[in-house]
Amino acid sequence: MSSDALRAAPESAFRLGDVQPGFRGVITAVRRPSGSAPGATDPEELELRLLEFGFVEGAQVEVLHEGPVGGDPIAVRVDDMRVALRRSEAMNVILAAAST
Amino acid sequence: MNRSDIPTVALVGNPNCGKTALFNALTGSRQKVANYAGVTVEKKEGIAELPDGRRLRIVDLPGTYSLRARSPDEVVTRDAVLGRLAGEPAPDVILCVADATNLGLVLRLALELKTTGRPVVFVLNMIDIAERQGIEIDVDALCAGLGAPVTATVATRRRGLASLLEIAATQAEGASDLGPDLWHEPSASDVRNAHRAARDLMRSTVRPPSRPDTLTGRLDGMLLHPAAGVVTLLGLLFLMFQAVFAGAAPLQDLIEAGFAALGAAATAGLPAGWIQGLVVDGLIAGVGSVLVFLPQILILFVFILLLEDSGYMARAAFLMDRIMGGAGLHGRAFIPLLSSFACAVPGIMSTRVIDNQRDRLTTILTAPLMTCSARIPVYTLIIGALIPQRTVGGILSLQGLVMFSLYAAGILSALAVAFVIRKVLWRGGSEPFMMQLPDYKIPDPVNLLRNLGQKAWAFISRAGRIILPLMVLVWALSTWPSAPEGAEGPAIAYSAAGRLGHWLEPVFAPIGFTWEMVVALIPGMAAREVAVAALGTIYAVGGAEGDLAQVLSRQWPLASGLAFLAWYVFAPQCVATLAVVRRETGGWVWPGVMFAYMLVLAYLAAFIVYRVAAAFGLS
Repeated sequence: MSSDALRAAPESAFRLGDVQPGFRGVITAVRRPSGSAPGATDPEELELRLLEFGFVEGAQVEVLHEGPVGGDPIAVRVDDMRVALRRSEAMNVILAAAST
Repeated sequence: MNRSDIPTVALVGNPNCGKTALFNALTGSRQKVANYAGVTVEKKEGIAELPDGRRLRIVDLPGTYSLRARSPDEVVTRDAVLGRLAGEPAPDVILCVADATNLGLVLRLALELKTTGRPVVFVLNMIDIAERQGIEIDVDALCAGLGAPVTATVATRRRGLASLLEIAATQAEGASDLGPDLWHEPSASDVRNAHRAARDLMRSTVRPPSRPDTLTGRLDGMLLHPAAGVVTLLGLLFLMFQAVFAGAAPLQDLIEAGFAALGAAATAGLPAGWIQGLVVDGLIAGVGSVLVFLPQILILFVFILLLEDSGYMARAAFLMDRIMGGAGLHGRAFIPLLSSFACAVPGIMSTRVIDNQRDRLTTILTAPLMTCSARIPVYTLIIGALIPQRTVGGILSLQGLVMFSLYAAGILSALAVAFVIRKVLWRGGSEPFMMQLPDYKIPDPVNLLRNLGQKAWAFISRAGRIILPLMVLVWALSTWPSAPEGAEGPAIAYSAAGRLGHWLEPVFAPIGFTWEMVVALIPGMAAREVAVAALGTIYAVGGAEGDLAQVLSRQWPLASGLAFLAWYVFAPQCVATLAVVRRETGGWVWPGVMFAYMLVLAYLAAFIVYRVAAAFGLS
């Protein structure tokens, strides 16, 4: 599902669900997951939820921590707020690495 | 003054913005907590008085990021703001409460609230922390940008309250000319546009902190660390359990002794007969059996409130999410399940922190499988009576090992049941795990005490209203009809409960229960530990001598005792739990499901344990 999003994105794009703690970047796109895998959240609901938590195009993002089991969920700084989310959900947030 | 003459002011804001602290500061002790009609969402309202005698009715609404409601709590917030709630006047003024150090998301909410056409006042709460961090907010520009008055407060230090009330009262007076209600369910592009507007507003009015808070970052470095964080969490849990069980014991002894003395006084003061029985065995013992859990529950709530108010709770959910998620539980289910080790009633009450209805139901259904403290007296009695005091492998006590395996059986079966519920009952979408990790804060003791009082009262009134009448009913069932003259055996055998026990005996025979054990299960419905007292009654009146444990060790086959323990891992017969589930789910369907599945599991577990033990020659 989110591989479509990655394919459509430029070469230097990263999915928030893939990156490790310490990564900094800017959100270039928040995608609505296409087609829903069984057990996944309703795509529109997930997109709205991400937006409401501040995952919006242009926001500065830094991955701070990851969970003790399988590196999941992740703790992320979005602009001036800390948010925890699962990597599967974070796959829909596309980033460009910070230039620094 | 008529209540409807007082203007209504609704508090709306993101979770963790200090909204409830502001509510407490504004209303002081003039507040009441109830439930909204038909839903289990807590309704907090109170009266604030201005120096000139004008009064405002303040309503504290559940925290939200958007009026696009997803949970029952957020539905209440949306409907209350829009004036759609039956029996509730529409708010004359909306106070949009913001954590002044964290304005990004709340500015978008404020813009959304503006579309309802009602007067909005934007409150910069915790302004002291923002000042300390060197955040500069251009209040006039913010005021102009939002098109709403802006004022600053420090709820915990009662700063800025008078001017806030003055602005709110002035706005309420002008509330007759409302703007049009333009609110509609926002689409993704609406949210994006609102974010853009909020960000532009933020850039032009707020200068970022010159001395940003680094404490939260440093603490998270340790508390969210994959190893150190888990160790800290386990340490905190250990401390909590120690406090709940060891710390509460002296108080519990005191309460038990107090009620025993009260019972003795009543026995002496009242003429023998059914009135004495009703007062002593029904009422006094009934109230005592509820209150004896109060110390544990208070200590438990102190810990939960401290963890919540300090901001740690979200971190615990973060650390536990993957582990719980494997069984289909939400990270936030962790605390309700943990509370259920003291008693499932507060545990189920605290599932309100879980947004999603399905996740919440899964948690509610599995909470009673955690070994609650009412099972402990039953476990200790039977283990003490039937399990020999031996050590295993030179260090571990056999009795302790049995106790541990009973706890482990409860946890493992809860995980298994949650897994099955997820796979069978609803295979649909799982709830996203997305939550804010708030800045760490030192909890405010006044707010803590007030919340503790409210939670304790909720427990006493809810559990008490259910348990007390049941204790009286159970007492009546075990008393009447009374034994005929010169009858042999315990009087309870002739009562309705005794007859029911005899009648049910064939059903329970395959799992090795004697009629005495079946009879004990009936009063055990009121509260699980009452089964111990019931066994005491049955055997004491039955003419057996000595300590109850000695009697049991002579009369009960080991296989039957083990089967009884296995039954009690599930013990479906706790009416207080079932009644709380009815309240929280709004019907008898889920209590029914819960009772049925626990009954089946209890019977199966007891059957297997009895048969296996019998096969090893332990009967």
